[in-house]
Formats: sequence, structure tokens, C-alpha cells
Amino acid sequence: MSALTYEQVARFAQQGGTVYFVVIFLAGVAYALWPKNREAFRDLAHMPLREDEDDHVGS
Amino acid sequence: MSENLAQQDSPPGAAALLIISAAGAFLGLMATALSPDPLFRLEGWIFTLAALAAAAALTVGVANGRYQADPRRYEDGVIRAGAIATVFWAIVGMLVGVVIALQLAWPRIFYFPEAGWLNFGRLRPLHTSGVIFAFGGNALIATSFYVVQRTCRARLAGGLAGWFVFWGYQLFIVMAAVGYLAGITEGREYAEPEWFVDLWLTIVWVAYLLVFLGTIWKRKEPHIYVANWFYLAFIVTVALLHIVNNLSLPVSLLGAKSYSLFAGVQDALTQWWYGHNAVGFFLTAGFLAMMYYFVPKRAERPVYSYRLSIVHFWSLIFIYIWAGPHHLHYTALPQWAQTLGMTFSVMLWMPSWGGMINGLMTLSGAWDKLRTDPVLRMMAVAVGFYGMSTFEGPLMSIRSVNALSHYTDWTIGHVHSGALGWVGFISFGAIYCLVPWLWKKEKLHSDALVEWHFWIATLGLLLYIAAMWVSGIGEGLMWREYTPQGFLANSFVETVSAKHVENIVRALGGLMYLSGALIMAYNIYRTIRQPAPAVLPEASGPIVAAAA
Amino acid sequence: MWKNHSKLERHSLLLVLGILLVVSVGGLVEIAPLFFLEGTIEKVKGVRPYTPLEQAGRDIYVREGCYVCHSQMIRPLRDEVERYGPYSLAAESMYDHPFQWGSKRTGPDLARVGGKYSDAWHVQHLADPRSVVPESIMPPYAFLAHKDLKVDDIEARLRTLTRVGVPYTEAALKNAEADLLAQVDPTASGASLAKAYGDRVNRRDFDGDPERLTEMDALVAYLQMLGTLVDFRTYEAGAAENLR
Repeated sequence: MSALTYEQVARFAQQGGTVYFVVIFLAGVAYALWPKNREAFRDLAHMPLREDEDDHVGS
Repeated sequence: MSENLAQQDSPPGAAALLIISAAGAFLGLMATALSPDPLFRLEGWIFTLAALAAAAALTVGVANGRYQADPRRYEDGVIRAGAIATVFWAIVGMLVGVVIALQLAWPRIFYFPEAGWLNFGRLRPLHTSGVIFAFGGNALIATSFYVVQRTCRARLAGGLAGWFVFWGYQLFIVMAAVGYLAGITEGREYAEPEWFVDLWLTIVWVAYLLVFLGTIWKRKEPHIYVANWFYLAFIVTVALLHIVNNLSLPVSLLGAKSYSLFAGVQDALTQWWYGHNAVGFFLTAGFLAMMYYFVPKRAERPVYSYRLSIVHFWSLIFIYIWAGPHHLHYTALPQWAQTLGMTFSVMLWMPSWGGMINGLMTLSGAWDKLRTDPVLRMMAVAVGFYGMSTFEGPLMSIRSVNALSHYTDWTIGHVHSGALGWVGFISFGAIYCLVPWLWKKEKLHSDALVEWHFWIATLGLLLYIAAMWVSGIGEGLMWREYTPQGFLANSFVETVSAKHVENIVRALGGLMYLSGALIMAYNIYRTIRQPAPAVLPEASGPIVAAAA
Repeated sequence: MWKNHSKLERHSLLLVLGILLVVSVGGLVEIAPLFFLEGTIEKVKGVRPYTPLEQAGRDIYVREGCYVCHSQMIRPLRDEVERYGPYSLAAESMYDHPFQWGSKRTGPDLARVGGKYSDAWHVQHLADPRSVVPESIMPPYAFLAHKDLKVDDIEARLRTLTRVGVPYTEAALKNAEADLLAQVDPTASGASLAKAYGDRVNRRDFDGDPERLTEMDALVAYLQMLGTLVDFRTYEAGAAENLR
């Protein structure tokens, strides 16, 4: 407990937070740009436009 | 319903719910009878009566063979109820807002010395919870049930569980609201309900999560559409925030009062971690989900960039959760936490504008519709206000700006540009879309009334925000103004009376915004009561799987 | 590893897990350290738990939603320190369940309102704010003056506070009701009150009606002690133990 000082905690939060954020962000971008996903995403962008027949669950 | 349906053919959920309601009524009655706390007994009565009403309705329903769900159809009944509840609570919440605005403008007229329950301190939580949780929450639940079914091509999971979520949530609202008026509060902004109401909401919320996830599990689509990501982030994170921030110890299990587990600075940071992410996940992520479904649908254009929506999603939810400490600048919170909160708040500008661009650019190729379709225009303006308030927010989170803006009306203006401009308009847009679809009407009763709603609300909103900018920045400057001799120039009460005109303009702006909502309610009512279109959709015909 | 990515959206539980991983880290890094970081709350002489009467008053303060218009947090800015007094220390709210720092100053900050005005001023101002300050927009609280204070559950309340970390002694808990009554009755002995909370506790009838113990008594008692616990003539902000 007392081993942690204010400076250590602050540094951990700032640096760790930055690294964690960069990793998450790059992972998100990589996923968004992954070539294999291109078709799926194009399809998904049109998802709201699909018309269902009345209120029937589509098949 | 048709008589040939066997009576005992009710879904098992109905029987289970009936048992739960009866047990709830019994528990409620016992708690009411045993409690020495009159406020707790009041809430106990409400809970007991609600559980009895539920049990009675279920008994009649089961006996009459209702709840015969057709698995090949979407469950839209609960969404219709949700749409009506959204409009109802919008009017209630905004009306209370107008009342408390009038109290600040004319305190001699709108206060009553012996009626403590009508004082600003009790009504203000009623207003904030009324618009955020009652209006916003119902809009989110209703649209999420609609969107998840359509984009998963699956009927809502859990049978009657969707109805449990709907009515359970209304009970939460009523118990919270009555509690505020009676003086039951935890004293935490936007998390005022006491421990027993919090427990009830937790139960309802878990049911909501399961219904939503269950529908996703049943889906016939290989992928989960991005709007559902946002809804899921909203549901999961709000559960987390709600549970942690409301950790408290009741004085008695038969009394309303509890004390929070944390104290002082820890309590403050927990509360604002909650408070800011109530904005981030309740008022932003959930309504972005609405944007990602209803804007493309209404504009009949695909999402501008699906890739951007993915980057938008992850960076938004990551960054938001860090931003809370900007509510505690210059307080006794350690400075590193303040700095961290500020840094992430400024970064938040980027994903927010990414989302705004994605929403607006979805209209590319359909810009002309903004002229002809007031509903689409309403949603486009909502996205514009989203952009504006997510620019203003990071600005206000900068320590030196916050030194001026904090504690002033500027914050109130900022909140309302987000709440009225973004949350309100996107929800109105979604409701205007949903009602004709759900009630099988060709179109709304009147587009002209939507125009009226749009313009009155927009003008009211601008009046409101402008008044709060002027009064907020004005009082901030007056507080720190010095005479040439080096004394404070203004006593506090001088800064109060200086805001009198702005307080009146604000009340007027709020009244106009409320009037717009009343016009909407009338329009919605007339739309629902319209005669059915001449050519009935083959609802009664044989149900065949639609062409894939 | 990356090719499993498409599973993320196909598998909703992975999505939920991803959301939880992303949203929990920020809160953990920011909030968790506060609970064991020694520097967060400096040890300050004079800070003590609330007396039973003050706590009852605080509960009324919370009940009436005073925090929606009044902050209790003076920032270290020149105008605030000159207007309201020395800036607030974390230690001064260490026994506040819940904290009432507030977020809006529709009315002035109350962190150091204790002792600034007389009891009679408070009673009159609460009952009819505009009779004292004509431009005020504060709601009236006249009903507090003729509502008897509920005292029979004060021991249970303090006991609950002990469970969440407020260091009331067992004797203080046992005497809670007697201590509460002793604080509004200057003729009572008050020995146990002084033993538990020190001899600087304000002891008098607060609402101007010695015949009755009302909610007004409790609220005014709470307001009159706000910000008075730390003696800022001897407090050294620059001392090593006070630096964060």
C-alpha cells in the first residue's frame, strides 16, 4: 500500500492509459480496414434499408 | 383472439410472470405492513398495487388465451406501448422543467411556503430523471426493441419478458418520481433513487439485457449491425455504472434511508464517473444507435462509412469512461486525476465528430429530402447539435475554461443543447418514423404539424441556449470581477438578480420546446386514430416466409 | 489473432466482453487508486464525525435537495477564497455519506457558511428568503420550523454510518439520542456530547423555539458548523503532511 506513491500511480495511469488506448484504437482501425471484412461491411451498411414484408420475421 | 386456440397454450413465461407478480405483491404488502417509515410505506403501496395489477392482468390474459405469440411475426406491441410512453414522459418531464424555470424567474409566484414537495430542490430531480430516464429511457428501450428485431430478423426473445421490461421500467419511474416529491433521495445527481428503487431497476435492467442479447442470439443474419453494438454498450455499461455508483447501506431493510458506501472525495469521483458516463452511454451511445438505424432508413441511403462507425464505436466508448473527473476541476480531487479526465475529454472531440460526420454524410445524395421531409430534417439537426455540444463539452473540460464555466448556467446551457438538440430531436425523429410503421399507417397525420413542431422547438432551443450562455458567462465573470481597489465587485445576490431577464427567456424557450412536444403528441394521436389504409397488408392472409 | 476479429461481431458475448474490457479500465485506473493512495486525504486536525443533531440536519439538507443549487466545495481561486473562505480540503468531507460538493451555484457556496450569520437570520431566511434578501430566488422552507425532528432512529442512522466507515465509538452510538437532545438544551450536562465530539460543539436552541425540537433546529445546527472544524489560523497548507 504505502509502496505506491502519488507519482507512481499518476505515471502508471497516464502511461498505461495511453498504451492501452493506442492498442485498442489500432485494433479497431485494423478491424475496420481488414480487407476480408470489406464485403461484409458493404452489406451491413445497407442493413437498415432492407424492407421486411409487413411485420413478418424475414427468412 | 380466435377461440380455437387452446387456453392452456399460453407461453410458460406468462405463468412464471404471474407467480413473480403474486410473490412481488406479497412481499410488497409485508414490507408495507411491517415498516415504521411512512415514506417507505408509500412506496410499498405503489409497488404492491403495481404487482397486484400485473397479476390480475396476467390472470385475465392467461384465462382468455391471450399471449398467443406468432413466432413468425415481430413483437411490436411492446414497442407501440414504448412509443406512447416516450411521448407521455416527454411532456411530463418537460412540463416540470418549465415549472422550475418559472420558479427561478418569478420565485414570489411559483413557490408555496408550506408545500415543501413543490420546492425547486425536489422538483429538479423530477425534471432531470423525467426527461433523461423516463423520456430518454423509454425512447431507448422502444427503439432498441424495434431495431434489434429488424436487423437480426428475429422475434424479440423471452416472450412476455419484453413486457416485463416495459412495465417494470414504468414502475421504476413512478417509484422514483413519487420518492423525489416525498423527499426520498440519495442526494446523488442523476442517481437520486434510494436503494430499494435501485434494486428494482437492477432487476429490470438485467431482464432488458437478456431480452436484447437473446434476440441477438436468435438472429438469422451472420453479423450484428453496428446500431446493436451501441445499444449493447449502452445497456451493459449503464448496468455497471448504476450498480457501482449506488452501492449504499440501508439504515433499515424496512426504511427508505440509506448511506452511500463511499465518502467525500472517493464518493465524488465515483459519482462523476457515473454522472459523465450517464451522458456518455445513456444519452450518447444509445441515441447514436438510433442515429445509425433511423437516419439511413429515413434517408434511404446506406450508412456513409461502416468502417468509420466501427472506429467511432470503440474509440467513443473507450474515451468516454475516462472523462468523469472534468466535473471536479480545482476541487479536492488529486490533480493527476483531473488532468487525466481533461485529456480524455479533449480527445473525445474526435470520435464524436467522426460519428457526426458519419451521420450527416449518410444524407449525401439525399440532401434535397431535408427540404421536403421535416422528420429527416429534425434528425439531421439533431446530429448537428450533437456535433455542437460535443465541441462545447471538450472546451468546457479544459481547466482554465472550467474555472469560469463551472457552477454557472453555462453548464445548464451545454446540457440542454445536448439534451434538447441532440437527444430530444433524434428521439422525436425516431418516434415520427416509428408510429406510422408500427400502426400500419401510410404516413403521419400531418407533415405540416411536424414543421410547426420543428420550428417552434428549434427556436425555443436557441432561446434557451443563448440565454444560458449569456447568464452563465455573465455570472462567471461577475463572480470574479474586482474593483480597481482590489475588492470583489459584486455580492452574490447581485449576480442572481442580474440573471432575471435570462431566466425569463429560458422559461420561454422551454415553454416553446414543450409546445412542440404537445404538437407532436396531437399529431401522433391523430396518426394512430387514422382509419386503416384502404388496402390492408395481408396481415390476415397466410403467412409465408418472405423472399429472402 | 486478427483473423478471429470477425468473430467479435458474430459472437455477441465476445462483444459484451470487449465492451466491458474497454469501459472498465478507465474507471479502475482513476477511481481505485483513491482508495489506498495515502496522499488523497491529508490528515487534518479538528475534523470529526458529525454530532447526532448535525447528522440529522445533514439528512434534511440531502432530503430537500439543497445540493442542486448550493455547492460545498471552495476552489483554490482568488475570488472564491475571498468570497467564501479558505479552499476546501478533502479531509473536510471525509465523513460525508454522500458527499455534497454539488455542481451548480444557483445560490452561494455553503462549505464555510458556519458562523457567518446568526441562528435567527438562518431561521428567518429559510422560512422566507425574500424577507431577508429581496432579490433571492430560493424556495421557502417555513414548514421545517413546525415539523418535529424524528429522533428515535438516530442511533440506527449513526450505526449504519459506522458500518460504512465513520468512526463513532460504541459509547457515542449508545448516547446518540441523549447527545442529540443535549445539543439543543444548554441546561443539560452535555458531558458525553463533549467527550465524543469535543468542547467546540455549538450547544443552544437553534430555531428560536426552545419548547420544540424541530427539523429547523437540526438544519441550522448543521449549517452553523459547516466549514468550522479546521482552524485555518494554524493550518499550514505548505506543510509536508498537507501537500498532495
